[in-house]
Amino acid sequence: MTAKPRISRDTIAAALPEPFVRWFGERGWAPRAHQLDLLAKAQAGKSVLLIAPTGAGKTLAGFLPALTELTVRPKRKPGEAFRGIHTLYISPLKALAVDIERNLGKPVSEMGLPIAIETRTGDTPQHKRQRQKLVPPDILLTTPEQLALLIASSDARRFFKDLRYVVFDELHSLVTSKRGHLLALGLARLRHYVPDVQTIGLSATVAEPDDLRRWLVPQGGLALPVPPPRSASPIDPHLKGEGNAPLAELITVTGGAKPNISILDSRERVPWAGHTSRYAIPEVYEEVKKHRTTLLFVNTRSQAELLFQELWRINEDSLPIALHHGSLDVGQRRRVEKAMEQNALRAIVATSTLDLGIDWGDVDLVVHVGAPKGASRLAQRIGRSNHRMDEPSKAILVPSNRFEVLECRAALEANTAGAQDTPPLATGALDVLAQHILGCACGEAFDADDLYREVTSSAPYAELDRDTFDGAVDFVATGGYALKSYERYARIRQNKDGKWRVSHPRIAQQYRLNVGTIVEMPELNVRYVRPGKGTVSRGGPILGKIEEYFAESLTYGNTFLFAGKILRFEGIRENEVLVSNGSGADVMVPSYAGGKFPLSTYLADEVRGMLADPRRWKLLPKQVADWLRLQKAKSILPPRGDLLVETFPRGNRFYMVAYPFEGRLAHQTLGMLLTRRLERAKAKPLGFVATDYSLAVWGLDDLGTIFKAGRPTLGELFDEDMLGDDLDAWLADSWMLKRMFRNVAVIAGLIEKKFPGQQEKTGRQVTVSADLIYDVLRSHEPDHILLQATRADAASGLLDVRRLGDMLSRIRGRIIHKDLDQISPLAVPVMLEIGKEQVPGGASESLLGEAEAIIEEAMSLAKERKKA
Amino acid sequence: MTEAVERIARDQIAIAGERAVCDSSGVLYFPELGMLAVSDLHLEKGSSFARRGAFLPPYDTAATLLRLQAVIGRYAPRIVISLGDSFHDGGGAARMPEPFKLQLESLMAGRDWFWITGNHDPDAPAGLPGETVRELAIGGLMFRHEPSGSVIDGEVAGHLHPCARIVYRGRSLKRRCFATDGHRLVMPAFGAFTGSLNVLDRAYAGLFRWERFMAYMLGDSRIFAIAGAALRP
Repeated sequence: MTAKPRISRDTIAAALPEPFVRWFGERGWAPRAHQLDLLAKAQAGKSVLLIAPTGAGKTLAGFLPALTELTVRPKRKPGEAFRGIHTLYISPLKALAVDIERNLGKPVSEMGLPIAIETRTGDTPQHKRQRQKLVPPDILLTTPEQLALLIASSDARRFFKDLRYVVFDELHSLVTSKRGHLLALGLARLRHYVPDVQTIGLSATVAEPDDLRRWLVPQGGLALPVPPPRSASPIDPHLKGEGNAPLAELITVTGGAKPNISILDSRERVPWAGHTSRYAIPEVYEEVKKHRTTLLFVNTRSQAELLFQELWRINEDSLPIALHHGSLDVGQRRRVEKAMEQNALRAIVATSTLDLGIDWGDVDLVVHVGAPKGASRLAQRIGRSNHRMDEPSKAILVPSNRFEVLECRAALEANTAGAQDTPPLATGALDVLAQHILGCACGEAFDADDLYREVTSSAPYAELDRDTFDGAVDFVATGGYALKSYERYARIRQNKDGKWRVSHPRIAQQYRLNVGTIVEMPELNVRYVRPGKGTVSRGGPILGKIEEYFAESLTYGNTFLFAGKILRFEGIRENEVLVSNGSGADVMVPSYAGGKFPLSTYLADEVRGMLADPRRWKLLPKQVADWLRLQKAKSILPPRGDLLVETFPRGNRFYMVAYPFEGRLAHQTLGMLLTRRLERAKAKPLGFVATDYSLAVWGLDDLGTIFKAGRPTLGELFDEDMLGDDLDAWLADSWMLKRMFRNVAVIAGLIEKKFPGQQEKTGRQVTVSADLIYDVLRSHEPDHILLQATRADAASGLLDVRRLGDMLSRIRGRIIHKDLDQISPLAVPVMLEIGKEQVPGGASESLLGEAEAIIEEAMSLAKERKKA
Repeated sequence: MTEAVERIARDQIAIAGERAVCDSSGVLYFPELGMLAVSDLHLEKGSSFARRGAFLPPYDTAATLLRLQAVIGRYAPRIVISLGDSFHDGGGAARMPEPFKLQLESLMAGRDWFWITGNHDPDAPAGLPGETVRELAIGGLMFRHEPSGSVIDGEVAGHLHPCARIVYRGRSLKRRCFATDGHRLVMPAFGAFTGSLNVLDRAYAGLFRWERFMAYMLGDSRIFAIAGAALRP
């Protein structure tokens, strides 16, 4: 709001009500052009997407239409009819809603505006929620889950009847997940109540602004008279925007000063492999010392723990350095946030929990440790630093291995060029649709034809076909099974007028307890106890939570890093992991699911381009350029679009290393499928390991000779048909698919997170039954809607099947095989991962046999010793 | 060869001197008595949940009966004991679809069949043959649904749905199991939708003499015998 007043006073006076003009005037400020532009468009009845960098006054812009309109609205007289809320603001984070309440409340009270602004989140007390229903505020600040709850209540229509604007903050981050799907459906429902409600989306820069513009306005069903629904499969990659799809108005604020990004030019040797960046810690510490406040971003929580530990190891000046990640206890996180706000910290090590637009403190340097994985991701993280958009932000990238140097370079160049690689929007998930359908029925009876049109008016579901929609309604009603045995227990039933309504109030009550799309992994509290007999000791404070599967892999005496401490595992008691102070250098670092982002397709392509073009190497650190030159001499560097596959012997094994650069998830899936195929070809593969960049498979037979003899050829081995039967067969037993199924089942409402009046089930019991349900369902009804939804998740989620498919079709006929006598320089990083890597959850029964034998052996030894 | 011999021997146990085979399907077979025991079938669990609006796949009864049919076909026992919680709730038998009822009756035909009552099914299953009892003494053994608290020799019970977990080379593996110290045996749950409870949970406290405790974990095709000291919570 401090921009130079280039806009004339008359323009301002014409656009804004008197209190605003006075308020700006008293401070010597002027509204910015884009703020007035947005106001004008909104006043003309348009929905608007505002794309602007941090610090551009996005929030005020988003609220200006509501604030001005509310200022001139006549006061409600006593006895006058009920007034519903005027403006709804939705943010991805509770904390952000609270932050906005404070930031917006200040000017509103300074201007003396008669506007009531309130938040409603999971933390809002029951009595306040009740009161909000009776006397709604003018502006309600809330989250997607709360919107779903409001929609599912019987007074929803009345509550929303006067709604004028819906403001979506951080829209770019809201839309990419299932949360975004639920929100899109919620928006469609709001339009059902108030057809001419206007939307305002606030977003950081994205690759495809049109995706967001479509998201904000009604599509298909409601936009066109009678759209013939294209029979698209519900797992279509992304929405093919029809050329004339309705779009919201777009305002783009470019600019701000270009950030000043550099790659740490280390005096040390950059390692071949690994993700610790240990080599660079002293240099990072030097940078922290040189700046006021440094934000240190890492990609995973385990990296955060490690970096924090390493920094404190050398923190001779005892600088206040803090740790912040999503697994820490809430109280601890709040303390860090508070300290940051007060500028009491010199550095914060953080994961994505600090990614979103919360402004804290006076950060003058962002250090990104590890590769950024995406150009847009990097840009958003750098935006954290320095919230005055006219001054350049400063950032340093610290690659943790040599391939990451290339990736950092690509990200840096993308940032200079302003390239964006935010992920494309996914097609709406069916489990979310099921949840929404039940929510609608909890609100008021619905007509299936109307609801179908309404649902397909939301962008993620625009191409949903009617059969699939009817399948989802059927699922909500009676489970959607071919065996129609649950008719008499139906959750929703059709009235005489053909409308669907919930069959019992209990169903609605149950629904409200389970709303939302965020399904936590089963987690256990980490509680501090005195060392020794942990399970006996009473116990101290809770440090945070770790995922159950990690806790299950620990045995008594194991040490691991958590909450910035070395902890020793003492045991598990009910839902708590008991730990004591650990010591020693050999710690087992917690690994967390969901922490590994694959690098974006854009960056992958850039890295391939960089490898292929020696002219670009001069921008790389010398040791990395030398490495590539050596590769060129010993093997080859493939042209940009080709796939290099090297084969070579080493020790008594034969190796094959491929370089697809498609990210670790896709490579892991590829590794599973390749080893299956090699097995079938009797090539005796023994194992594989995957990194973000490459993939190594090894075995007892000479793979180079096998490929040359065409048993099979590499073309056959990498044929796209592996995504058919091979994938299905592997998926059948995959623990990952079971985990995805559990999430889908919870979101769709097959498994309740909570039953009313019942004790809260622990995650442990839910996990067990979800696996059993999966097994039974898969063998009896493999095409069930929830299994469809699970497969769709697998395609884009943990298995990254879609990306693998794109890669396989890209490299068809473009595989370069290089048979070598020994390991190539480019192969070293992935070869170093062998042995370090485990495929989690993959333990098979052979393990039981081994354990049994070892234990028997140990016991017979013990017996003999007794005898002797 | 010796390993194969050992492997056969591994699933053989003795409870109070009575020889029995722990089958990897989860049933217990007594060769001398021609008797088969199965526990916690929890038939019609799916429809029981459906009554409350949670539509679990309605295929659990079919799946459980199919497995039961296979194992009864294999052993052709003269006596079958269903050790309680045969149905997930008191109305389960009445709710069971006709084809399953017929399938179950044909399994029961020509053998003595005992329904032991459990906490989920305290009464005789409606409309089904077989004898319903609270407890059953055969040979030196006492069969009941819930293990008794007292020190005892020769009790076979269910109810707790035991499973065991090992951690080996950094990996963790959990399986349903027979839990026994040679005096008392708690059978694994057989039903398709039945969860399980780790044998180290406090619910098992006092049931076993720990130094002689063994978990017979159910593998895909055989039993793995793991001593108590090697198990993890």
